[in-house]
Amino acid sequence: MKKITYIAILLLLMNSVLYAQEKYNDTTEVVSIKEIILIGSHPQVHQTEPKPLGSIDEYLETSARINMIKRGAYAWEPMLNGMATERMVITIDGMRIFGACTDKMDPITSYVEISNLSEAAITSGQKGAENGSTIGGSIDLKRRKTGFNETGWKAGVNTGAESNGEQKIMGAELEYANDSFYFNTDIMYRDAENYEAGGNREVVYSQFTKYNISAISGFKLSENQAIEGSFIYDEANDVGYPALPMDVSLARAIIGSLKYEHHQLSEIIEHWETKVYFNTITHQMDDSKRPDVPIRMDMPGWSDTYGFYSKVNMSLDKHMLTANLNSFYNKSLAEMTMFPNDPNENDMFMLTWPDVRTLYTGLYLEDVIALNEYYSLQLTGSLGRHYNKVASTFGLQSLQIFYPGMTESKERYLKSLSSQVLLNKKNMEYTLGMGYGERAPSVSEGYGFYLFNSFDGFDYIGNPNLKNEKSLEMNTSIGFENKKWNVKLTGSYFHIMDYTIGKPDFSLSPMTIGANGVKVYEQLEYASLFNSDISIGYSLHKNWNWNGKLMFSYGRDNNNINLPLVQPLSYQTSLQFRKGLFSIEAELQGATKQQDFSPEFGENETAAYAIVNVSASQTLFLNQQKMTVKLGAENIFDTYYSTFSDWNNIPRRGRNLFVNLNYEIL
Amino acid sequence: MKFIRAISIFCLVIFTSCSSDSDEITPVNEVADLVKIQTMENDTHLVELYSIDGKLEQGYNKISLRIKNKIGQEFLNNATIEWKPIMHMEATQHSCPVSDVTKTPGTESLYEGFIVFQMAENQTEYWALTLNYAINGVDYTVTETINVPASTRRKVIVFTGTDDIKYVLALIEPSEPEIATNDMIVGVFKMENMMTFPIVNNYKVKIDPRMPGMGNHSSPNNVDLTQSSADKFYHGMLNLTMTGYWKINLQLENAIEEVVKGEPVSDTNEASSIFLELEF
Repeated sequence: MKKITYIAILLLLMNSVLYAQEKYNDTTEVVSIKEIILIGSHPQVHQTEPKPLGSIDEYLETSARINMIKRGAYAWEPMLNGMATERMVITIDGMRIFGACTDKMDPITSYVEISNLSEAAITSGQKGAENGSTIGGSIDLKRRKTGFNETGWKAGVNTGAESNGEQKIMGAELEYANDSFYFNTDIMYRDAENYEAGGNREVVYSQFTKYNISAISGFKLSENQAIEGSFIYDEANDVGYPALPMDVSLARAIIGSLKYEHHQLSEIIEHWETKVYFNTITHQMDDSKRPDVPIRMDMPGWSDTYGFYSKVNMSLDKHMLTANLNSFYNKSLAEMTMFPNDPNENDMFMLTWPDVRTLYTGLYLEDVIALNEYYSLQLTGSLGRHYNKVASTFGLQSLQIFYPGMTESKERYLKSLSSQVLLNKKNMEYTLGMGYGERAPSVSEGYGFYLFNSFDGFDYIGNPNLKNEKSLEMNTSIGFENKKWNVKLTGSYFHIMDYTIGKPDFSLSPMTIGANGVKVYEQLEYASLFNSDISIGYSLHKNWNWNGKLMFSYGRDNNNINLPLVQPLSYQTSLQFRKGLFSIEAELQGATKQQDFSPEFGENETAAYAIVNVSASQTLFLNQQKMTVKLGAENIFDTYYSTFSDWNNIPRRGRNLFVNLNYEIL
Repeated sequence: MKFIRAISIFCLVIFTSCSSDSDEITPVNEVADLVKIQTMENDTHLVELYSIDGKLEQGYNKISLRIKNKIGQEFLNNATIEWKPIMHMEATQHSCPVSDVTKTPGTESLYEGFIVFQMAENQTEYWALTLNYAINGVDYTVTETINVPASTRRKVIVFTGTDDIKYVLALIEPSEPEIATNDMIVGVFKMENMMTFPIVNNYKVKIDPRMPGMGNHSSPNNVDLTQSSADKFYHGMLNLTMTGYWKINLQLENAIEEVVKGEPVSDTNEASSIFLELEF
């Protein structure tokens, strides 16, 4: 019945498309609804960003929709619209990648560097379902490349240092481009010691070392055809996670892809591109650096993904159509070996991810229709088949202890639909959208085996019988812009049915020594999430700009109990002065007391805080060579604080002075 | 093609003619999956003892045997056999729980049964096995010392219940534990006297598997052991969530649901007074 309804709606949509085609003839430009964060070595980034050589995590955090869960100084986990990585899709140029850590210590964003990227495109809710099913939305990290330009050789050096944590940053870029060929390569290295929280309190196990090498090259086959190959190697060693009981000795990703694209295939088909890709991730979690543990353990994990997508962009009268057929195959395996304190006993071994294979194939359709001069309509729909299989008999038998009748495989169909109206009139812009989407449980939610969560102190057991999580969303925004002012108010509401969350089962005995108990993933009837933000920009004077941002979120379950990791009222405001090649900025950011916390998840009240950051930059020209120097101080008053999304309330960094240098040699 | 066929026929002829040199056609090897423990000998017969690994050990042992006529070298297939293991202690002697010895189904000459050695040998005390068998109405006997070393982990327990009965409880399965739901089988016997150890009927064996090295972690969905009408052993389900050392805490409940031995494990009581051990 559901399927029939779904098909009926699709047909209806198609009808309206056809109808619209007949009705309108002239084309109007349609504004993209994505939020774009410029990253890394964009020339403009070096001037405008307070800290151009910051981590990708710091870049993402500037979005009002994104919060970062911090378990240390490295590899923060992004949350979009208050939803963490299992409820969103993160891609690199459309490629799916899955972390190999059962404790979410390696979100995808930790396997790329700012030198690899030009921007992050953030799409909220179901409009972000292009590369796979999602609830919260998607982040697509775009690779940086010169493209087919006559820019010739270029080389640059980036270097930076930070006082707090003694982070040393070194990077170099080399590129060559002409109108039929381009080649970009870059390398980046970061090394940091423990940082100090406010009041010179050292946060032990917060060190990390990371290096990243990437190359991307394109070659024109004909006027309209090109191929592109891309490769990223990323390795982090000796990464401390002060909020967790374990660290990481190795986190390594190899990411490769080959793309074919064809421009102007016909009058209608503007662009067609097809990409095949693979990536392989190795993650070694251990506790060898911790002096005092109840039991020593190793927890390595592996995640390999192979996939492709083929995407066409068409333009037909009033319509801008996108179709994306994509598929991936992922293999997730993780194990745990514990070394007993009694040397006469055998090692204790288990599979924490039982070699779960996921095969997803989906088709995404999007139509942006310019209804008239002011109105446009964006419609999206997707249908995907999601297939899970537990490939390890060993792992399957382990899970059958909990689920005696469990079969090795599970098939799901995931549907998504959304529509959004955009009105752009004079200085005003309004949007109103609705959407429906579904997602499958993550590997941990479906098949995890005794995964310890150090926040609530529970071991988590996956549940292979989970239903699809379903989300109904509404979103709206109002924007106003004139010469002096720009104001934007956005709000989104998610009503998530069969909301997946771990619930304690006190009949089960915990595995981890000292754990509070065992939680099994279950589904609440529903949960509600509301996010809103207002951002204001005001141009005080030709050189002076003021920006302000206010964010508010709300998350409750069906019993009106707080959901975990919901942002309290938070704000950020900054004042910038820019004249010629010089700029200076002061920023105040903070949050009110987190009163709506989830004790069940181990949260407690997080105190209000406010910190002040300042930075200044100057661009110099030395014999045709351009150099940008950026100096700054973060948390200038050395405030001791933590935010709602700091795992186990680990304190944030105290006062930090930094210098970033960008030098264009060629 | 013809050439290959010719060659194979040629080979066939050669090999068959070779094997025809020996004076008997080799029968199906009935002990192919077994390893010989030892050969007992009397004037007339050789008695070969087998087990899965060629060893005996403290605890439950499944033993196969066959009797060879010394003169004709043929294996007997019509024997009625009884066995009696005796522990020669310094001050006394006693036997242990044993099964009847029966013909292994589907074989010509193989017999099988089990013996539960509730204690191991030591420097001064040893086990001897006596086989009494009859062939065509003629009785024979053979006795030899056997080696029964201690098991590394506890596979059999002897205890006196609150009912003053002395019990022997032996682990039969899992012999190869897995991270899975394992079929668990134990045998429960009572010591009627020094020589007789009949099976106990209609009791219940409650199990609580624990890992002492992991804060006494336990597993869910275990099924207590109840007696099977088929083999008279106690069967249940044992869940093991990881490899390593497991202590299977027990409580023995009699037919009227009174616990005759063993205590529940709790925060204050780390282990029951009776338990079996597994390590894998």
